[in-house]
Amino acid sequence: MTIFVIIDRLQETPCKRKRKTPSSSGFEISKRARIGATLQLLPQGDFIELHRKRHGYRLDHFERKRKKGAREVHELSAFARKVLGVKAKMFAKKRYAEKATMKKTLAVHAESSSRRKVDDKVDEGAIPAYLLDRDTTTRMKVLSNTIKQKRKEKAGKWEVPLPKVRPVAEEEMFKVIQSGKSKSKFGRWKRMVTKATFVGPGFTRKPPKYERFLQPTGLRFTKANVTHPELKCTFNLDIIGIKKNTNGPMYTALGVITRGTIIEVNVSELGLVTPGGKVVWGKYAQVTNEPENDGCVNAVLLV
Amino acid sequence: MEVMEEGREISSSNTVMCLLTDPEGEPLGAPLYLPQNSGPPQLQEIVNKLLKNEEKMPYAFYISDQELIVQLGSYLQKNKVSVEKVLRIVYQPQALFRIRPVNRCSATIAGHTEAVLSVSFSPDGQNLASGSGDTTVRLWDLNTQTPLFTCSGHKNWVLCIAWSSDGKHLVSGSKAGELLTWDPQTGKQSGGPLLGHKKWITGISWEPVHLQAPCRRFVSSSKDGDARIWDISLRKCVICLSGHTLAVTCVKWGGDGMIYTGSQDCTIKVWETSQGKLIRELKGHGHWVNSLALSTEYILRTGAFDHTRKTYSSPEEMKEAALARYNQMKGNAPERLVSGSDDFTMFLWEPALSKHPKARMTGHQQLVNHVYFSPDGQWLASASFDKSVKLWNGITGKFVASFRGHVGPVYQISWSADSRLLLSGSKDSTLKVWDIRTQKLKQDLPGHADEVFSVDWSPDGEKVASGGKDRVLKLWMN
Repeated sequence: MTIFVIIDRLQETPCKRKRKTPSSSGFEISKRARIGATLQLLPQGDFIELHRKRHGYRLDHFERKRKKGAREVHELSAFARKVLGVKAKMFAKKRYAEKATMKKTLAVHAESSSRRKVDDKVDEGAIPAYLLDRDTTTRMKVLSNTIKQKRKEKAGKWEVPLPKVRPVAEEEMFKVIQSGKSKSKFGRWKRMVTKATFVGPGFTRKPPKYERFLQPTGLRFTKANVTHPELKCTFNLDIIGIKKNTNGPMYTALGVITRGTIIEVNVSELGLVTPGGKVVWGKYAQVTNEPENDGCVNAVLLV
Repeated sequence: MEVMEEGREISSSNTVMCLLTDPEGEPLGAPLYLPQNSGPPQLQEIVNKLLKNEEKMPYAFYISDQELIVQLGSYLQKNKVSVEKVLRIVYQPQALFRIRPVNRCSATIAGHTEAVLSVSFSPDGQNLASGSGDTTVRLWDLNTQTPLFTCSGHKNWVLCIAWSSDGKHLVSGSKAGELLTWDPQTGKQSGGPLLGHKKWITGISWEPVHLQAPCRRFVSSSKDGDARIWDISLRKCVICLSGHTLAVTCVKWGGDGMIYTGSQDCTIKVWETSQGKLIRELKGHGHWVNSLALSTEYILRTGAFDHTRKTYSSPEEMKEAALARYNQMKGNAPERLVSGSDDFTMFLWEPALSKHPKARMTGHQQLVNHVYFSPDGQWLASASFDKSVKLWNGITGKFVASFRGHVGPVYQISWSADSRLLLSGSKDSTLKVWDIRTQKLKQDLPGHADEVFSVDWSPDGEKVASGGKDRVLKLWMN
């Protein structure tokens, strides 16, 4: 049915347009032709709908419909009395099923409107009366210390979300930069890091003569999208430093961020507190994507 | 030898005209000429003489809201005060006893299976009760530091608990809106639940023992906008105080037989207790009123029990003793009320005298969650979500000091019985003890694993109890 209506609409617009401006651009023709082709495939008996669409319902349509509906039950009962044999059996079975579903729907409706006592379920996460009316959005952010404690008991300290990381070869990590005019191997001591890097805020490049490794500015990152695994929410946090790149200490020193690298992020805005009452501001997180491909650093907080 | 002579010289030549006044500003006798070498001990003697105290009382002296610690002469030199004018010295009586600050956690008692929402010591300091999110009220044995009774009966979180000031009853209110009364001796529920409130209970306050002994009536406030007065012997609601258009957040039963309710509709209403008529409406706040405190609140809470640990045999005796304590505490000044609000300010009222505030206290940068008068009524402390606790003069409402150190919102505060120490519990999972005299942090008490929801300093001063989201109850001692 819906398909019909859509086709109707499609059909109508070009007609109108044709009446107004009898243009014959190539586009119009092709469109009409396509519609004509689809129309031929569809059943053609929708003239009543079409007529109704154009001229509205017959004036006595709803009255007739009501009467027909009113008559229907009588006709059905007359049929039920008259019918015999296997037909009667089938009919009775159908009536029975109909009545059963009807009873069920009635019961459902009655239940939704009737008043009854709500079962008082005791929620978890009790808060005192003075916090009950407060906005709880900020509380969502805050990590429950208890969860942290539990987690600490359960897992070893260095259990990380990505235990195995693909080693990155030096050829992949660095691109040789030619320096000097000589095309021989002598001018090939300079390398460009092809992975994302983090450099500290006070970073200055070495003079070109001594700059062995280039960290391209386009691949430098200062922020990471850090997901908290328990809270299931993600924060955009500042990177403080690179704790460890598993590919080697040189990469750690260079600040290379690849998949599996442990970075330190600034979590002060999460409002985490140690049991001693100090604000936690640096926490470790492990990078879960390949930043040089994605253009962002995604990480999971280690708790 | 030289020093002695010098001292004599000062005393002979230099005197200063002083006027001793009490905290209210009432002068004590005529102005006196005092030698400049006289310090607080000498002044203390003079005041004791002038007041004809049989028992020597300790006093602290304040000149323009600064405590006088040195001799008068050196004070004058240091602060370059004119000798020509009369120097007004305010004397403030101090508690006879001294409470040692708590500094260690003596017990961590597990038992509750959900966050501890309220803890409260009985007025005599011998019993401790706590209400929790696991729908139980628990009574604890303070001597062995073990659970004593588990009182179950509530249908939802137990938000408030309150001891009657004779210590014979404990009443608790839950999030489902019902109130239950408990017998602290047996841990049994006395009678059925008191039903009437349609939403959760936000506060409970008992009728002071000096107005009626034994304690029978208490008032409860609820989120549904009503406060109800209940009678525990009739076991029904006597009066329903309705009039607030929004939730009532706090209720206090004053010592003059009036009930004060603070509400989220920004008003404070004063009710009379025999018929439940509205006497006054105190307007001024621009946002929810969160907390109310009375200058006599500590006396009303402890009733007849004081630091001497005297016990009373009959209710009449208790009533008399409580009345005497109340009158002594109140003096001839009216009862003061302070209200802390979501608009970051506080108001100091004298509801018996006028409907206008006596002072407006500004300075907090976040909402004020809890206000509390010191037991002697001289100080006023406020806990705020801006991570600070502020100290104010309890009589004039002037700002005195700000205690910073918490790294999270401060939820609750509690005074030691001698008004010299203040305890605060915070979301940052620590408790801190502040010294009023030096206005510094005295003791940091870490140990809770999560937010601290409720703190209470026992009236006998020996223990502090705290409960929070980490589901344990901690007892602290010195």
